[in-house]
Amino acid sequence: MTVFIIRRLTQAVAVVFLMSLLVFTGVFMIGDPVEMLVADDADEEDREMVMRNLGLDQPYHIQYYRFLASALRGNLGDSFVFEEPALQLILERMPATLELAVFALLLAVVIGIPLGMWAGLKPESISAKSIITGSILGFSLPTFWVGIMMIMLFAVGLGWLPSTGRGPTEEFWGLQVSFLSAKGWSHLILPAVNLSLFKLSLVIRLSRAGTREVIHQDYVKFARAKGVSRSRIILVHVLKNILIPVVTVLGLEFGGLVAFSVVTETVFAWPGMGRLLIESIGFLDRPVIVAYLMIIVLLFVFINLVVDVLYSVLDPRVRLVDVKG
Amino acid sequence: MTAFNGNIPDSGEQDSAAINVKAETPFQRFLSDYCESKLAVVSFFVVVAIVFVALFAPLLAPTDPYDLTTVTVKDKTLSLGGVMGSGQAAYLGTDGAGRDMMSAIIHGLRISLTVGIGSGIVALLIGVCLGLIAAYAGGRVDAMIMRLVDIQLSFPAILIALVLLATLGKGIDKTIIALIVVQWAYYARTVRGSALVERRKEYIESAICLALPKSRIVFSHLLPNVVAPIIVVGTMQTAHAITLEATLSFLGLGLPQTEPSLGSLIANGFDYVHSGHYWISTYPGIALLVTIVSINLVGDRLRDVLNPRLQK
Repeated sequence: MTVFIIRRLTQAVAVVFLMSLLVFTGVFMIGDPVEMLVADDADEEDREMVMRNLGLDQPYHIQYYRFLASALRGNLGDSFVFEEPALQLILERMPATLELAVFALLLAVVIGIPLGMWAGLKPESISAKSIITGSILGFSLPTFWVGIMMIMLFAVGLGWLPSTGRGPTEEFWGLQVSFLSAKGWSHLILPAVNLSLFKLSLVIRLSRAGTREVIHQDYVKFARAKGVSRSRIILVHVLKNILIPVVTVLGLEFGGLVAFSVVTETVFAWPGMGRLLIESIGFLDRPVIVAYLMIIVLLFVFINLVVDVLYSVLDPRVRLVDVKG
Repeated sequence: MTAFNGNIPDSGEQDSAAINVKAETPFQRFLSDYCESKLAVVSFFVVVAIVFVALFAPLLAPTDPYDLTTVTVKDKTLSLGGVMGSGQAAYLGTDGAGRDMMSAIIHGLRISLTVGIGSGIVALLIGVCLGLIAAYAGGRVDAMIMRLVDIQLSFPAILIALVLLATLGKGIDKTIIALIVVQWAYYARTVRGSALVERRKEYIESAICLALPKSRIVFSHLLPNVVAPIIVVGTMQTAHAITLEATLSFLGLGLPQTEPSLGSLIANGFDYVHSGHYWISTYPGIALLVTIVSINLVGDRLRDVLNPRLQK
């Protein structure tokens, strides 16, 4: 077990290093940020001074070495545009993104599981068929377009909800959150629904497939023969057993939700780290792009690591295969 | 479909055809299976119609939306059915630059499909080759290729495409490159999985015993038998690539405004959402939606029909 965890940990560190090299190299090749920063009438001397200040006059490997050395000390460089530490800029915006992602995930689970179970319990009914068709639609609908349509309908057309920004935030466990006030909710609901649509379809499909499988198991038949009430069979025996795959997949998908919030945040002008990334790409603000990517890489590696380790704890077969391979 | 024909050897059935009342070729069987779902048949014809429109876009579009001599700002944001200065009616309105939306959508469809299908074909070729090599060679080569696939698939496609485009810059060629990089791993994984199953079968063993060259075993024996899953993944991936391209263009990272795909048209219309000019982003979106949904429905049906495990 310990050997397994150490092996996985080493692999994770290797992946992070590899990604840092790839990210740094990739971002290093982006156009010249000095062009964006100095005034048009700046002479050669000004340009050189800016380059020196930013450390851009050094050869590539020295830049990478400096980057890595300071990254290990938690410093990912200063933003060219905001002139603040890039890491701090991103961490400031992270609660907004996480709040959005968490609520999207909750929506997907709370709406998706009952719908999926219903579709699995009554596969031939019209409602079940429309749920499944709806989930195909959910997979196909381009998120950003749905977002625009939602703004048109609920914000411009009906005027019920605001279309941009996060609204007032309140402090909750040291984080700025918007779900504590009604005003905050009105800002949160559209982006959260928009972001959750894709995952909602996924949850519907997973729980439908799970229900159809579980419902033919012996323990369900036995419970029914024993005279257990229908609602108890569904809520206890079926629900508990379909939750395992759903929770696993959603755990893995959470990182994807954070990454995909780039799109939703752009549509709804949500002040999260995804929107910061898009703006930074526009400004060629390298340190912020690199910092964002490194945080996402860490998040993904961490999630994968946790899922792998949990799997091996729950299912010893996985561990054996890995050690042999 | 011709490749699928070779999937099931029909020589044996030909012999028994004299006894049987009616001999069905594998393709006929596939066709009748497929046609059991009316929705799938309709979707198939929608896809064909969309491809037709995209192919003949310059002939079908009422006006040339990129001909700067005829497009004038005077026609800007005309609503549905408004008549442009040239006397031509704009059935779907015009956008902020005075371009006829219907023509812009038809041309946008062409660009979206070019990017989606073009990147799909190259990714398919790369992915299929690497997947076959991994399955056939095994050992170290397999481990290396599949580790790469695993790492790539653990990150969401949109993130990889974003980073690549941020690095490479805008443009149709760069978008295609980014989409190829995103997609190849899906093909490689699918092909490797099916090829590993096929490899253990007797016909491959006998081909090895006949001392056929490796390349011939891989490409003329192994490949035809893994075509079915490739077709299914290919359909789904094409729809995915079209969505991804539209998303990237919407974020301002895919295609430039001079070569607007459906995604860039929607992005363009996003600026007018608050002024109530809903048609500029609504109709390109509907075109995009119909394209993606019909491709996905065809893919869904193909998966059901071509997957022997699901056959009753």
